[in-house]
Amino acid sequence: MNGPMNHRMNRREFLTGAGALVVSFSIPLPAGAQQAPNPRLEQLDAWLAVGGDGKVTVFCGKVELGTGIQTALAQIVADELDVAFERVHIIMGDTALCQNQGPTVGSQSIPNGGTQLRQAAAEARHTLVGLAAARLGAPADRLTVSDGAVMAPGGAKLSYAEVLGNRKFDRKLDRKVKPKASSALKVVGQSIQRVDIPGKVYGTHAYVQNIRLPGMVHGRVVRPPRQKAVVARVDESSVKGLPGNVRVARKGNFVAVVADREEQAIAAARSLKVEWSSAAQLPEMKDLPAVVKATPAVERVLAAAGDVENGMAGAARALQAEYFIPFQMHASIGPSCALADVRPDGVTLWSPTQSSFNVRDSVATLLGRPASQVRLIWVEGSGCYGQNGADDVTADAALLSQLVGRPVRVQWMRHDEHVHEPMTPAMVIGVRAGLDRDGGVVAWDYLLRSPNHGKRPAFGMAGNMIAGAELGMPERYGIVGADRNARHSYQFPHNRVRFGLMDSSVLRNSSLRGLGSPQNTFANESFMDELAAAAGADPIAFRIRHLKDPRAIAVLEEVAKLSRWDTRPSPRKDRTRAAGDRRAVTGRGVAFVQYNNTGAYVALVAQVRLERKSGKVRVERVFVAHDCGLIVNPDGLRNQIEGNVIQGLSRALLEEVQFDRSGVKSVDWRGYPIMRFSDVPQEIGISLINRPEQPALGAGEPAGSPIFAAVANAIFDATGGRLRSVPFTPERVRAVLA
Amino acid sequence: MAVITVNGKRHEVQASPDTPLLYVLRNELDLNGPKFGCGLAQCGACTVHVGGRPVLSCSTPVSAVEAPVTTIEGLGTPEKPRPLQSAFVAEQAAQCGYCINGIVMTAAAFLRENPRPSDAQVRKALDGNLCRCGTHMRILRAVKKAAGVAV
Repeated sequence: MNGPMNHRMNRREFLTGAGALVVSFSIPLPAGAQQAPNPRLEQLDAWLAVGGDGKVTVFCGKVELGTGIQTALAQIVADELDVAFERVHIIMGDTALCQNQGPTVGSQSIPNGGTQLRQAAAEARHTLVGLAAARLGAPADRLTVSDGAVMAPGGAKLSYAEVLGNRKFDRKLDRKVKPKASSALKVVGQSIQRVDIPGKVYGTHAYVQNIRLPGMVHGRVVRPPRQKAVVARVDESSVKGLPGNVRVARKGNFVAVVADREEQAIAAARSLKVEWSSAAQLPEMKDLPAVVKATPAVERVLAAAGDVENGMAGAARALQAEYFIPFQMHASIGPSCALADVRPDGVTLWSPTQSSFNVRDSVATLLGRPASQVRLIWVEGSGCYGQNGADDVTADAALLSQLVGRPVRVQWMRHDEHVHEPMTPAMVIGVRAGLDRDGGVVAWDYLLRSPNHGKRPAFGMAGNMIAGAELGMPERYGIVGADRNARHSYQFPHNRVRFGLMDSSVLRNSSLRGLGSPQNTFANESFMDELAAAAGADPIAFRIRHLKDPRAIAVLEEVAKLSRWDTRPSPRKDRTRAAGDRRAVTGRGVAFVQYNNTGAYVALVAQVRLERKSGKVRVERVFVAHDCGLIVNPDGLRNQIEGNVIQGLSRALLEEVQFDRSGVKSVDWRGYPIMRFSDVPQEIGISLINRPEQPALGAGEPAGSPIFAAVANAIFDATGGRLRSVPFTPERVRAVLA
Repeated sequence: MAVITVNGKRHEVQASPDTPLLYVLRNELDLNGPKFGCGLAQCGACTVHVGGRPVLSCSTPVSAVEAPVTTIEGLGTPEKPRPLQSAFVAEQAAQCGYCINGIVMTAAAFLRENPRPSDAQVRKALDGNLCRCGTHMRILRAVKKAAGVAV
């Protein structure tokens, strides 16, 4: 990524260039050249192009976050176009080249993004075959295509490159061309190796952290431990004499430094003395559940069937419980990084954001520039798992470049990421239910309390990003997401699900993988387990009894088989000590979710081993039955499921953001431990249920949702103790065993 | 001026002597393999070999480097792959891949000392390397595969 980078290349130059995005940076373009406007979405040319070498370039608004979608989307396009997988190259998330397919969120890259690309590829094939038919003098329906070569019955053939190479389709999408039947798919369904993995293993992959711009300086931000603190005084003399042409940049409450070299910028940020005026104090951490319950909230009814009060009154037995999930963070291994070059004639951003177009618009507002003058080039960063610091650091780099008049690279320090990234907010969930004489659930009443889980940059608002907020710019938010999977999948005669949307959050909050789904699934599936135990029923049989959807039942039956489920009620009566350890006990727990109520079906079994004396829990084995409809890449899917399982276990057992009245105290990996190699399970067994005739439902998040409950239920099975607060630390385990 | 040898090439260090080796590798030699993760010797993303031993380059002053440095770029290449890196590709043992530099470098040094490790030994050897994507099972398989241990 060295050498001069042109940042105002347009689509035409790109297409006639050498191909890969990295290479294309070297194509010179006069400064001030205008970006080509995005072709309209309805144009086939907006989605893909055929090169003179037969290479197919796809312009994709979704981005690679480490989940393998770059490979999976290329498989979809290759299949639909009838070209070899290797011919397909995907350009992602560049606002000057790609389409706005919406942010890369919600496990929607394959279901939505893939469907759009599949349709475009189908219409491209239809067009290419039509053009070839005219030239070959044969009817289109008699032609066959193999790796981009269109063949007539007599043997005459024309390649896609010969038909159209380097020229435009010049055709609108009509959406009348039908994609192939799933039975005809050959590339989709194969475990093709991910295109990005060799570069990651040989150390050559181009992360945003690796981009170097000519003439750039290194920047670091200086932020207080508390949100919304106000700068009282910046003592610039505190960095006087430091090497590296250190400059202090300040605007409003935004304070940052730049220096020639990275270590010089780090030293300057560390040395700079800034006095902050007192911001509002945070509550005591131990009071967090009470604070969540006392925070004003607007209540919505998400589901209402029958009459819950009457149902409860008529129940043979009533139960209630309250669940708590703390603040947890994305905890990306690489602190967020971005680069910006703000010039009078245009702005270029290099960003690992999930929301290229929305961040472009919000940064434009931050800088006081029209969005048409801002180009955001997406470059992969460290895995984000939701909105980590990626958008904020993009704003930091942009503002800093504007203030110092140079291209700037900003990488957050570890403490910047841990303290300032937007976290998944603490939630409290209360649920009560009634059982009839036969041990069936007659009434269910669920109330969750949570702030917004969706505070990404949107609507062109700069205040959604830290730098914008520090300049006092307004914020405005869209999606909520706290209620994801608040509604369960069971059939109960009387059912009510309510959501209290809190108007504020103790710590800065936004989207972490699955939004509210892992938390709601924790409450739903723990409480189902409590009800099954009260009814004296086997936990899997109890769930199946209340389910109608055959795909839901199928994953539960499959996970029972896969895990050699021991059919009986929990907790286990024998309390058999684990072999070889007189103080340890073992247990198994199950949980089920249909992700977001319309997505993938997941049933998950956790087998735990627990030391009674210390309270330490080890999850030894996890089994997952997973149905996400059509599977594009089975090994890629397994990789996602394994990742969801381990990240979910880490959140279930270890993770809780620590804070005191003055701010976040989890400033590094000691203050926020995550799961290590010694603690990951011995085995993660996965059964994939492929349904090629069904739509692909997405798999980036679903398997992470049932984990908290499966582990809590396994602990209950082993000990009879019920964990209702995440994480299941030894202290909390000992408390329920006492 | 300090002089270090990196991947067999001599380099005259421009940075001040207390500069962590990581920034010299990344910003003077333009090596992208070693990553900044924490700067606190807590996560392992910056691991390189100094004199064949794994070292956290984020917390090692360049002036303290006396033996030759090997980064992941000097370990193997797609053209001349090493069994360990081939095993990572074969097992598809990466997601975002940001931690992979440190894990490959830690595992390479470990396997040199322990060519036939047990599962527990591999886990212990990698305990200082954090992975957030949850790619652990594949990484363990890849390391054991490279060691020729049944996986």
